[in-house]
Amino acid sequence: MALKMVKGSIDRMFDKNLQDLVRGIRNHKEDEAKYISQCIDEIKQELKQDNIAVKANAVCKLTYLQMLGYDISWAAFNIIEVMSASKFTFKRIGYLAASQSFHEGTDVIMLTTNQIRKDLSSPSQYDTGVALTGLSCFVTPDLARDLANDIMTLMSHTKPYIRKKAVLIMYKVFLKYPESLRPAFPRLKEKLEDPDPGVQSAAVNVICELARRNPKNYLSLAPLFFKLMTSSTNNWVLIKIIKLFGALTPLEPRLGKKLIEPLTNLIHSTSAMSLLYECVNTVIAVLISLSSGMPNHSASIQLCVQKLRILIEDSDQNLKYLGLLAMSKILKTHPKSVQSHKDLILQCLDDKDESIRLRALDLLYGMVSKKNLMEIVKKLMTHVDKAEGTTYRDELLTKIIDICSQSNYQYITNFEWYISILVELTRLEGTRHGHLIAAQMLDVAIRVKAIRKFAVSQMSSLLDSAHLLASSTQRNGICEVLYAAAWICGEFSEHLQEPHHTLEAMLRPKVTTLPGHIQAVYVQNVVKLYASILQQKEQAGEAEGAQAVTQLMVDRLPQFVQSADLEVQERASCILQLVKHIQKLQAKDVPVAEEVSALFAGELNPVAPKAQKKVPVPEGLDLDAWINEPLSDSESEDERPRAVFHEEEQRRPKHRPSEADEEELARRREARKQEQANNPFYIKSSPSPQKRYQDTPGVEHIPVVQIDLSVPLKVPGLPMSDQYVKLEEERRHQQKLEKDKRRKKRKEKEKKGKRRHGSLPTESDEDIAPAQQVDIVTEEMPENALPSDEDDKDPNDPYRALDIDLDKPLADSEKLPIQKHRNAETSKSPEKEDVPVAEKKSKKPKKKEKKHKEKGRDKEKKKEKEKKAADLDFWLSTTPPPAPAPAPVPSTEEAGVNPVTASKDECEDTKTEAQGEEDGAEGQEQDKKSPKPRKKKHKKEKEERPKGKKSKKQPPGSEEAAGEAAREPVQNGAPEEEPLPPESSYSLLAENSYIKMTCDVRGSLQEDSQVTVAIVLENRSNSVLKGMELSVLDSLNARMARPQGSSVHDGVPVPFQLPPGVSNEAQFVFTIQSVVTAQKLKGTLSFIAKNDEGATQEKLDFRLHFSCSSYLVTTPCYSDAFAKLLESGDLSMSSVKVDGIQLSFQNLLAKICFHHHFSVVERVDSCASMYSRSIQGHHVCLLVKKGENSVSVDGKCSDPTLLSNLLEEMKATLAKC
Amino acid sequence: MIQAILVFNNHGKPRLVRFYQRFPEEIQQQIVRETFHLVLKRDDNICNFLEGGSLIGGSDYKLIYRHYATLYFVFCVDSSESELGILDLIQVHLPVVFFTAPKVFVETLDKCFENVCELDLIFHMDKVHYILQEVVMGGMVLETNMNEIVAQIEAQNRLEKSEGGLSAAPARAVSAVKNINLPEIPRNINIGDLNIKVPNLSQFV
Repeated sequence: MALKMVKGSIDRMFDKNLQDLVRGIRNHKEDEAKYISQCIDEIKQELKQDNIAVKANAVCKLTYLQMLGYDISWAAFNIIEVMSASKFTFKRIGYLAASQSFHEGTDVIMLTTNQIRKDLSSPSQYDTGVALTGLSCFVTPDLARDLANDIMTLMSHTKPYIRKKAVLIMYKVFLKYPESLRPAFPRLKEKLEDPDPGVQSAAVNVICELARRNPKNYLSLAPLFFKLMTSSTNNWVLIKIIKLFGALTPLEPRLGKKLIEPLTNLIHSTSAMSLLYECVNTVIAVLISLSSGMPNHSASIQLCVQKLRILIEDSDQNLKYLGLLAMSKILKTHPKSVQSHKDLILQCLDDKDESIRLRALDLLYGMVSKKNLMEIVKKLMTHVDKAEGTTYRDELLTKIIDICSQSNYQYITNFEWYISILVELTRLEGTRHGHLIAAQMLDVAIRVKAIRKFAVSQMSSLLDSAHLLASSTQRNGICEVLYAAAWICGEFSEHLQEPHHTLEAMLRPKVTTLPGHIQAVYVQNVVKLYASILQQKEQAGEAEGAQAVTQLMVDRLPQFVQSADLEVQERASCILQLVKHIQKLQAKDVPVAEEVSALFAGELNPVAPKAQKKVPVPEGLDLDAWINEPLSDSESEDERPRAVFHEEEQRRPKHRPSEADEEELARRREARKQEQANNPFYIKSSPSPQKRYQDTPGVEHIPVVQIDLSVPLKVPGLPMSDQYVKLEEERRHQQKLEKDKRRKKRKEKEKKGKRRHGSLPTESDEDIAPAQQVDIVTEEMPENALPSDEDDKDPNDPYRALDIDLDKPLADSEKLPIQKHRNAETSKSPEKEDVPVAEKKSKKPKKKEKKHKEKGRDKEKKKEKEKKAADLDFWLSTTPPPAPAPAPVPSTEEAGVNPVTASKDECEDTKTEAQGEEDGAEGQEQDKKSPKPRKKKHKKEKEERPKGKKSKKQPPGSEEAAGEAAREPVQNGAPEEEPLPPESSYSLLAENSYIKMTCDVRGSLQEDSQVTVAIVLENRSNSVLKGMELSVLDSLNARMARPQGSSVHDGVPVPFQLPPGVSNEAQFVFTIQSVVTAQKLKGTLSFIAKNDEGATQEKLDFRLHFSCSSYLVTTPCYSDAFAKLLESGDLSMSSVKVDGIQLSFQNLLAKICFHHHFSVVERVDSCASMYSRSIQGHHVCLLVKKGENSVSVDGKCSDPTLLSNLLEEMKATLAKC
Repeated sequence: MIQAILVFNNHGKPRLVRFYQRFPEEIQQQIVRETFHLVLKRDDNICNFLEGGSLIGGSDYKLIYRHYATLYFVFCVDSSESELGILDLIQVHLPVVFFTAPKVFVETLDKCFENVCELDLIFHMDKVHYILQEVVMGGMVLETNMNEIVAQIEAQNRLEKSEGGLSAAPARAVSAVKNINLPEIPRNINIGDLNIKVPNLSQFV
């Protein structure tokens, strides 16, 4: 036994390693498969060994074979064995193999959970790293759930190497286990500001990836990303952020306005093409999202287009390609700017590179006008002839059709030309787009009545020609056009020149080789043709001729009866019997034509593609309601049916179809017509299709078509579209001449009169009148169709699960599952820290309480969400030059971009544009939820009616942070409550002729005992300010955080320079020992002002004031937790009263919230409880009561000094009201 | 997101296949073949972007590739990646990382560029994967700082060396045999010879 083992070990020494395997495969080129199967046998032997090194070697070889396409799933268990080796060398091999071959279907994967967890917590960073890398490739929902918490812990690992991997893998975890997103998100957000650039970049990467799928949930991060964008120097990070902004701007136009300036700066300054390109892309996205009309945007567009032109003209094909790609985005909204580069784009059509040609094709779509359509299509047709590959040719074909049919055939002036183009396209062999051409033919023939005669003549020649029949083997092949041809010839048979000839063509034996669905159409339309021929013959009195046709039918139809296709067979046999019957009648000299034609009387009208979907659900029809209640087993069920019935009773009178409804319908119809008439893009139809139905004989009274008879109508099978181009030119020339004449006459008249067609795209277009009086029948839509055009989302989209609101505070239930049930401490959901009392309670399974709590939570969540939205609003509306300044310095450069919004928001009252915009934005944000808050609003309105009215009479001067006011659901758009202009928390710090400093002090959420001081520096001079340094004299209690290695006396450099008129924000962190008292710090800002005359060293002294309120952090609290806190008796109490307050209670609370960072816990009439928490964890509870003209504030706090100081500050604020 | 990284030579032989989304092996091979045919027909002086093939991704995906002498490096990415950024990664990062970082490759640097490139990839596919893992993880770009990448790879190589590497395994097996303490057989084994017979990674090529 032992001997055998040893022998095995010795054999192993001669095992092949990876290199031997590779060499072996290379040496066995002839019998590679055989050699490999031999090797696999060896590997199987090796895997049976106990020696882990041997196994690892075998697994390594398997990984190579996997690359060559061999399935190695059978070795999954061995791979796990190697993964669990103690040595890094083997472990790495194991994880590599796993990452290449494991997937969700691998059943042994569940065995890995503990091993991976062990590796994740390994002391060696490379073991952890390897496990993370491997896991990122094969994470399953189960693994994600079980390991999410471990990975989240790693996000705060000491080694940046691990941190960045942990951050990155979280994206995969989110995808597989969406529940983890909310608990993990706060930490992920923290990592955006990680000191290590790699970790930061990873966090940006993950958030960008998340935000790309569900942008609206990440809008609140915009300020943070904006800061990163202005401070980061890493191009990769910048590119990601800029791309992210591109996704966010469509949701929030104000963001775009804020972005334009820094982006254009980047465009001017960067040397990296990749960054430049992404900037241009995002600027384009911004411009698309902004409604046009801002004058300085045309400059941005010009800049973009100009930069893109440089790219397109570059010799580097990559840049050319990307330039065209970006150009196509501009095209959608600003076609004119692109049209001026038509030359360049047409030139790209001739490029040797297919990718570039395709991109140029995309652009052509927007280049066409009535004037140049024919010319462009002609060019494309020559490309079609030249195109070598079928894919490119098919692409050309679809593009031609796209271009011509766009916006309801807007640019087609001559439909004969278009039909002949379509006919020419049918000569393409091997195309996959036969059905596309067919659809176009049908669409045009049905909707453009004037063209039917011409179309029918063309179609009959198509039916006649043999080449189409030949290609019938391919599905979707070109033979599909026969479907259209047959239908058109049948349906509009009255226009046929030689119906008998066409009939024979359609009954040819070769037709039976066509696909079934086409044959079916043939059969059906043969009868239509037959009917019209009968009619003709009978009218002419040619009884024999009529009988001959019938005989032809009887002779030929049996070939279809034998068809293998059921549809064809059924139709054919049915029709055969019919024709035989007719034959009998004819034999008796009975006139039959009238009756046969009656089979096909009436006209078919086109129906819009989404018509069915748009039929509104009749009021009162609830498809989800039970028709028959399911059998119930609980008593409560008894009430429900009654309730349903009751409701119905109420509604019924409303929606019973009645005379009044009829009137309503008529009115709506009228309104719709009116609307259509005013819509320049709506090509009007002749009298409504329904009406025409009634007076069928009137079908002929279509507006008269002037077809120039000098044009030969029928040139079967020959390329004829070219001649239209020539004709068109002549026609236009003539028209122009006529017009010139007319114009001369009219010149005087025009002086007073306005232009006739302001709505037509360009003047040059206006000059071209269509060749024919074209009458496009509009597609039918149900009456009162719903206007909504929402695109249905794919329910299978994996990213949909990640559409999660991240601004809501975490609920207790939202924790990552933790393996060890005792060590609950590891999970650090912020919720838990904040409301310890609530946490305890939640463990008791008391149902009632839970319900109550949930209600409270819902409320809280909503508030929190609104607060976030308000924060964003605030950030968006107040740009760096802070709000309280009465009028921003009217420096020319600024006035253009930022302060426009800011000042608007400040100065104008409620119903101005600015407000509308804000509301609009908010509405967008809350999208689906909007119905709910509205309901609530109503409720609240009722409660507060008296107060609301009072507040209406507020003096306009009283300031109120609109953002904070938005905290209350009542405020959001409620008619009574007047939202006040936003107020900034930034206060003036110091100013001189060079610079103005305003600052805001905020408690830091992440670090205890730290506050962040955000200082906005605004350059008011004509010089460039640089070398700015902020030095602050530390006190015993407060200390500024300085870069490592610098002493207490060193200043902290400001990380930017300020060109004239520009402002920017710098943040400084201070560590505070005790937060119970307010304090002031002296400081100096030194800087160099440089202008044309030279540079001077300047400085500005300031005093930084840390109020007690600035140590508070707005923290939501639930009412039950709040009650517990008050009951606990650990808090000392103090109170304060202020008289002479005019402000409404609502606004008063908002003011306290805003200035002192409190949140409202509960509010009953004119009494409210509020909560906040200091950065060192002191709880502060307030009870605010409003009397007639006074307000009393009772406070409870764990520290009496802090409380009394806070109340003093509050008193000062309230006294100002 | 990067969906796949493929490296194959002028004849379409895969040298590195890294999918970040699960495809069965046959489909993987099909994708490699299809991609190979797509890039093969393209001249060297036309653009490096290609709208994705039918098998991988959809309209949102792009192939970004680069042709080095005998090898094609192809990345399949979606619209969240910057085209020029990825091209940079292929054009600048990969070559530098491949040729400066791991000691494995340094020895052969005196040979001409393309041969180094392909041969090293052929024989050290595992190493190439490890390098790649430091640049791209789970389909997302992990690190772009080349010094950092190189430092991490070198550190891991050192760690592997300190463990004796994979090639030391047979020698250990022999020492295990010794521990069993069989009187006869071990004496017949010349351990010194073994190291010659078993090709060592670092001595290779």
